Amino acid sequence: MSQRLVILPIVTVLAFSISACATKKKDLPPPPPTAAVAPATVPAVRDPNAGVGTTGVQSANIPGSSADFVAQSGSDTVLFPYDSYEVDDEARTILGKQAEWLARYPTVRITVEGHSDERGTREYNLALGDRRATAAKNFLAAQGVATGRMTTISYGKERPAVEGDDEAAFARNRRAVTVVAVSG
Amino acid sequence: MHPGMRILFFALTAILTAPAVAAPIRVDINSGIAQPLPIAVPAFATPAEASTDAGGTTDLGARVAKVIADDLKSSGLFRPIDPAAYTTQVTLPDVTRPQFANWRTVAAQALVTGTVTANPDGGLTVGCYAYDVFSAEELARQGFVTSAAGWRRAAHKCADLVYSRLTGETGYFDSRIVYISETGAKTKRIKRLAVMDQDGASHRFLTSGQNLVLTPRFAPNQQTITYMSFEGNRPRVWLYTLGSGKQQAIGDFPNMSFAPRFSPDGSNLIFSMSVGGNTDVYRLDIASRKLTRLTTQSGIDTAPSYSPDGSRIVFESDRGGSQQLYVMGADGSGPQRISFGEGRAATPVWSPRGDLIAFTRFGGGRFSIGVMKPDGSGERLLTNAYQDEGPTWSPNGRVILFFRSARGGPVNLYSVDLSGQNERKVPTPLDGSDPAWSPLLP
Repeated sequence: MSQRLVILPIVTVLAFSISACATKKKDLPPPPPTAAVAPATVPAVRDPNAGVGTTGVQSANIPGSSADFVAQSGSDTVLFPYDSYEVDDEARTILGKQAEWLARYPTVRITVEGHSDERGTREYNLALGDRRATAAKNFLAAQGVATGRMTTISYGKERPAVEGDDEAAFARNRRAVTVVAVSG
Repeated sequence: MHPGMRILFFALTAILTAPAVAAPIRVDINSGIAQPLPIAVPAFATPAEASTDAGGTTDLGARVAKVIADDLKSSGLFRPIDPAAYTTQVTLPDVTRPQFANWRTVAAQALVTGTVTANPDGGLTVGCYAYDVFSAEELARQGFVTSAAGWRRAAHKCADLVYSRLTGETGYFDSRIVYISETGAKTKRIKRLAVMDQDGASHRFLTSGQNLVLTPRFAPNQQTITYMSFEGNRPRVWLYTLGSGKQQAIGDFPNMSFAPRFSPDGSNLIFSMSVGGNTDVYRLDIASRKLTRLTTQSGIDTAPSYSPDGSRIVFESDRGGSQQLYVMGADGSGPQRISFGEGRAATPVWSPRGDLIAFTRFGGGRFSIGVMKPDGSGERLLTNAYQDEGPTWSPNGRVILFFRSARGGPVNLYSVDLSGQNERKVPTPLDGSDPAWSPLLP
């Protein structure tokens, strides 16, 4: 047997067994060094799907608000082909309008969320979501949105927009979503 | 607290020498099992009924035998005989001098007997004996001293002894599984870290579900788990310390870090970090917090896993156009592609024996768990389903655990033997994914 055994004659075992319950606490690694520079503003915890499917009827959007952003841009979401992070013509149109809106409200910060469909492995999809969020962010930057106003986050395949296991559902889940930060 | 107390082994005093004769019965685990070995595991006897924190010793004797029989059955290599068929009860003298004729009549080829004794300190001593029924020879014996709460671990140790003696391989039953417990709608799935014994017992949740958590992996010492958490909307690698329950991010990196694993000596973590849409593999020295970038190619380099000797790292990369497996030196040197053939290859994990790499292969709408040698040769697919993903090895490198997503349905843990046989669903209280098997407990 190759396990690390404590092999003892039975008399000794009885003497030692009193301490057998002791659980050895391992030393913790030292804490991380404190950051010299504060990280980019951390948005408040939010459900990335909050508001999905509820962007329809808004009688009076407050200018500069999240709802106003969606209404004026046409959509907060751009879609991608399978395993791709290419910003196609339709996505360019939407992102272009988003950039125009962001130019009107230069103090508003955004987070671009990248997502994938469920048909792939978890780790790769996290990286793919990062590619999509970055591609959308880079396009917005090229349209003049200051990069300091934008952060990205990837959810991989963890937060689909819609349930469903057909290609129509997968297509809607391969997306980047621009989220206007709720100002404090 | 998990019953992670130390279990003391001792040679039972009556044993003289290990039987020198060639093992009369042997379970061949390589060829796939046409006929699991019939084995009898009658209730363990007690020298004197006594109550303990885990119940009376007579009742514990029956529960210990049940845990052992269930362990052996789950391997697919043994067929425990229904206790209702037994023609005899095992009394204390029978433990060391079985009446083999009684066990031949129920066609048992192997027999496990044992004792459960209450100790003055409130703990237990479990004696474990294995016999070849037809040759009437003793195969193995071992004693285990534990707290009363640790009785299941003593039973797993006994099952490991029997498995080891009859297969020639190290056992794997005294081990644990950490995984992600899932519930709720796909669009707002709640995921929690959870840990349980290898057989599903002693299940407990480690996190509340408030934060999305993914891909937990054990440290070699089994006391720490590394995983990914979205806490604070900052997806990055964390450490969870069992026992204390302490949770700690490994660093204040501005970019997403994910897919962590420990080095075999526990001193380093390897993981992926995404910077500006490019994902590379990094190594973090846990003590000094020194970060080293190991891959520099553009593309997605992720899911790294060390070889058991720590000299090499297998990972997946799409640098060649699609996800494939690569092996490089632990310092990032000399990456070589090892996976070829149809479709993609992903989520590689090196066997604790070092001889194989398990991975996910997919394409054409189907997913498989496969294995290949570290040079890429000898690929074999063990499963095929709508979506199988994320293999992890049993401590002895004989069984692979993974997770299976049914189309539009549940997500569950499954296990399969290295032979491709004995595919089984691993029961969990809710849905389960991202399993990781611990080393054998000390």
